[in-house]
Amino acid sequence: MYQKKILQNQNKDWPIIWLYAVIAIIGLICIFSVEYREQDQIINSFLAFKKNYSKQFFYLLACVVVATFILLTDSKFFTATPNLLYLLGIVLMLATFVVGKTVNGSKSWIPLGFMNLQPVETCKIFASLALAKYLSQPDTDFTKGRSQLIATAICFLPIIFSVLQNETGLALVYFSFLLPMYREGFPPIYLIIGAFLGILLVTALLFTPFQLIIGFTLISVVVIYFLIRKIKRNKSLLITIITIWALSIFFVGVAVPFLFKHVFQKYQADRIFSMVGRDNPYTDSKTVDLVETEKSKKIKSETENYNVKQSKIAIGSGGFLGKGFLKGTQTQGDFVPEQHTDFIFTSLGENFGFIGCAILMMLYLGLLLRIIMIAERQRSTFSRVYAYSVASIIFFHVAVNICMTIGLAPVIGITLPLMSYGGSSLLTFTILIFILVRLDADRQMVLR
Amino acid sequence: MPVYNDSRKNIIKLIFISLFVIIILRLITLQILTNKYKNLAEDQGIFRRVVYPDRGLIFDRKKNNILQNASISDLMVTPNKIKDIDTFLLCQILNIDTNQFKKRVVDLIIKNGRSRPSVFEPLLSEEKMALLNESMFKFSPAFYLQERSIRSYPYSAAANVFGYTAEVDTNFLKKHPDEGYVAGDFAGMTGLERSYEKVLMGVRGIEYWKRDNKNRLTERLEKGIYDTAAIAGQNLYSSLDIELQALGEKLMQNKLGSIVAIDPKTGGILAMVSAPTYEPKYLTGSERRKHFSELFLNPALPLLNRTVSASYSPGSTFKTLQALIGLHEGVINTSTTFSCSGAFYGCGSGKPMRCLDPGVFDLQRAITVSDNTYFANVMQRVINNPKYASVDKALLNWDKYMYAFGLGHKLGVDVPSEKSGNIPTPKYYDKVYGKDRWNFCTFRSVSIGQGEVDVTPLQVANEMAYIANKGWYIIPHVIDSIEGGDKFQLLSKYKNKINPIDIPDTIFEVVHNGMQGVVEHGTGIGAKVKDIEICGKTGTVENYFKGVKQQNHSFFCGFAPRKNPKIAIMCVVENSGRFGGTYAAPIVGLMIEKYLKDSITDKSRLDKIEQLSKLNLIPPRIKAAINKQDSIKKSKEQILSSKGLIKLIKDTVGIEDDQPDKDDMIYEMNRRNKKNQEENDTSNHNKAIKPKNNIEVIKKKGLKNVQQ
Repeated sequence: MYQKKILQNQNKDWPIIWLYAVIAIIGLICIFSVEYREQDQIINSFLAFKKNYSKQFFYLLACVVVATFILLTDSKFFTATPNLLYLLGIVLMLATFVVGKTVNGSKSWIPLGFMNLQPVETCKIFASLALAKYLSQPDTDFTKGRSQLIATAICFLPIIFSVLQNETGLALVYFSFLLPMYREGFPPIYLIIGAFLGILLVTALLFTPFQLIIGFTLISVVVIYFLIRKIKRNKSLLITIITIWALSIFFVGVAVPFLFKHVFQKYQADRIFSMVGRDNPYTDSKTVDLVETEKSKKIKSETENYNVKQSKIAIGSGGFLGKGFLKGTQTQGDFVPEQHTDFIFTSLGENFGFIGCAILMMLYLGLLLRIIMIAERQRSTFSRVYAYSVASIIFFHVAVNICMTIGLAPVIGITLPLMSYGGSSLLTFTILIFILVRLDADRQMVLR
Repeated sequence: MPVYNDSRKNIIKLIFISLFVIIILRLITLQILTNKYKNLAEDQGIFRRVVYPDRGLIFDRKKNNILQNASISDLMVTPNKIKDIDTFLLCQILNIDTNQFKKRVVDLIIKNGRSRPSVFEPLLSEEKMALLNESMFKFSPAFYLQERSIRSYPYSAAANVFGYTAEVDTNFLKKHPDEGYVAGDFAGMTGLERSYEKVLMGVRGIEYWKRDNKNRLTERLEKGIYDTAAIAGQNLYSSLDIELQALGEKLMQNKLGSIVAIDPKTGGILAMVSAPTYEPKYLTGSERRKHFSELFLNPALPLLNRTVSASYSPGSTFKTLQALIGLHEGVINTSTTFSCSGAFYGCGSGKPMRCLDPGVFDLQRAITVSDNTYFANVMQRVINNPKYASVDKALLNWDKYMYAFGLGHKLGVDVPSEKSGNIPTPKYYDKVYGKDRWNFCTFRSVSIGQGEVDVTPLQVANEMAYIANKGWYIIPHVIDSIEGGDKFQLLSKYKNKINPIDIPDTIFEVVHNGMQGVVEHGTGIGAKVKDIEICGKTGTVENYFKGVKQQNHSFFCGFAPRKNPKIAIMCVVENSGRFGGTYAAPIVGLMIEKYLKDSITDKSRLDKIEQLSKLNLIPPRIKAAINKQDSIKKSKEQILSSKGLIKLIKDTVGIEDDQPDKDDMIYEMNRRNKKNQEENDTSNHNKAIKPKNNIEVIKKKGLKNVQQ
């Protein structure tokens, strides 16, 4: 009774809960449409815990329980324990090196019997809380370089473990913490440099270094020509331009090849290149017979492209209105690999067409903007940072996942929040969102 | 103190919104602006499966199923799935080497693409099937077996009547763009298969299947609401009597020639034997191609349906018609007599036509003993009849009778490649001899059925039906009715009696008397059957090949019983020598007995059948050609291919009549390669009269009437 009273008295943000519920149910429907075949008995298989949709259904029920627990928890718990939890997360990630289970080539899973836990996934929660905790401490001056460095370290530490576990895709998620940091006063120059490097990276993928050197030189000459007057007044501008030019050339000529040869796994490099429609030029198999490599390269890139091609076919064939629920030939024919997890968006695209996709996009955008709204109404820095962290993580997942299904991003194993099949992912986002709801309910308090 | 960077929230919102807008724009191009992905999805996700209906069956007059369907398998391959399969084993089973294997696959990829199934080896033989079935799992999913239906012939008879089906080629497809044929389909090429292709083929069905990523068909698209069902071809009921047909083919073994039997009351063809014939199943199944070229190159022309595509001078069988004309024109009456003192001298004594037994004959007796002089006189009177202003007019009048009897034009039988035969017209003689430079004496041999007259066996049989019916016939046809209705009006012309000239029954009675005499005590006594009144007429047709006189053709035609005739029949045995009565008459007798009495039980008659069927009457000329062909087969094929003629061997023909018939082509080809036959004539007198160049003219103009 007491608990019920607490729940009733809480000043919960219902829109966000509704958005959460609607997206999760759409996800369940999509997973159902991937797996369901005409002869299946719906109710039996829903309860049997054998099919993926049935499992997802029970995961969803479990999430309701977890969400309720979170709402019943005192919000002070979340402000008090982040450092401990963060430590726990790091320990779990380290534990994978010992007891880890390999799924799809990445040793990042801890088997718990009834489900597999992926610490790098759950660690997002802990990192969000830790970042919020650190930034909300009164003695943190985020304008200082030292604080910025510590905050960055908190966010990026999991990346190192994740890369070591061969799970680069999820590691990239941690870059989304740059957004809350930016909101809290992180100098935008880093973001701009980051974006600039991103653009350079893409151009480095698309063109050969030789073309790029010519291109960069031309651009620099044009810029100098237009800024000639300013440069006459201020010589340092010229130096800046030349430095940027030199760094760019260094980046595309040395850093990118290094990245592809030594940092990325070969398959990851292949995927990235296959996305822009090129063969990976940085394969170090020069000793092998030339004809042989040509052949194997071709086969390789064909299979790499296969996922994206099938995904695009499924979504594209949906048309404006879609083929109708359970009528998608591509979905029913199992043409899209991993359709129930990373490529769940294709099932929506095929069955419900552009309309369905647009509605889902609106729901996600609504969720994100709602979270930002919530963030901005917080009195405590902790809640605000945390809210921005949640928004950024969701945004990163949604954007990258959908871009990857429609051929705008390389295929990295990133789930579609609340939609993709999988207990680990669903639970993570549930916890992320409901902690936020819980914190928001106490927004009148000043939480430290 | 944290800095409040309030404006930054808008930048973050802007980043969120702009990326979502990019995604939405991308979705618009993917889903709305292009059909590319829709087509790709249909291509791989939906399979359009053509369901071939069973071809229509054919039944004989006793409702025996004489043409059926059986199933046989094609080995199909999907090139892009060939991975890790035991190619060596497969090659071993199919009896090919790995190079051929590769070449075939490459050819198929060029033709059909990598991911579509194509026919790797059509129509597998039974032994290959057995071997393949055992180890098929080793070759799947790249290879699989697909059943298809082929024709089967429970009675292994009537090959030339049924004709054969063959794969359509690009030419055929071009000519039939809207009839739903696609490459790889089979269509009727000759015989009934061709004439009734439209009804036999049925309507193809289309099923839309969902296909999964392994290219397996999973389930019907939308539970089959877009499907169209296949409709089986319509069954045909023929007038053929398959047992009679089989007997005819047995009797004609080791001979060249044909038998045609017609039910005079209906015009329905009871038997249509063309000898030599072939085992009909030779042209179905795996060995089809090999057999086809064998048959095609055989000098005895087994693929030629002689009953409609070969024409002969009718010989003495023609005399009955002369009698009808003479009586109807009033130039003779039943008691008119002519005497023959050894030959016909009506045209002077130059080269007289001999008659066999000299004496004085009235009409009836003249028919019975087949007296040449009598009918030369009759025709002379008809042609020189003062009633007509000129010989031209008189001959035109004579022609009119001939057309009325069904000669000189295609009858319109439902078996393709019918020849029209030839009835000489004034125009024809003008061309050959020059205007007004000919008279009865020029073509007097026509009066006894030699010279420029050409008839097909079918026409002779029909003429017998005409006489039996006393003045009418129905266009002969094999198919009586079509199950489910005659949608294309294919049978409508076989419903009407054709009766262009009204000749009184009394005239026919006289002719019948004469013809009955032929069988009772005349030249055709060999056709006599106990308890059956048979009317008949023999013919002994002289013929020449390259100017060299060949053994006579033996003709016999007739009908029975005299009262209420049930069968009109003709038989020709080519180059058999002797007289018409010797071989053709007993064959006809046995055929009539079989048909009218339903079975032949008498021991002596059964022996007769055996004796006749064992009799080898293939002319030495053809035998020699066959032997020669065997020895020079190879070099011959080289010659043929160098002349571009080998192309004919590919099993492709159009169905239109404006195209040269296949049979024509075969005929023509054989003519070119082996034969150069001349006009024949009883008494060589044409040669004496005709200038040399005219012979050339006849050769060219009358090629189609050249006799076999």
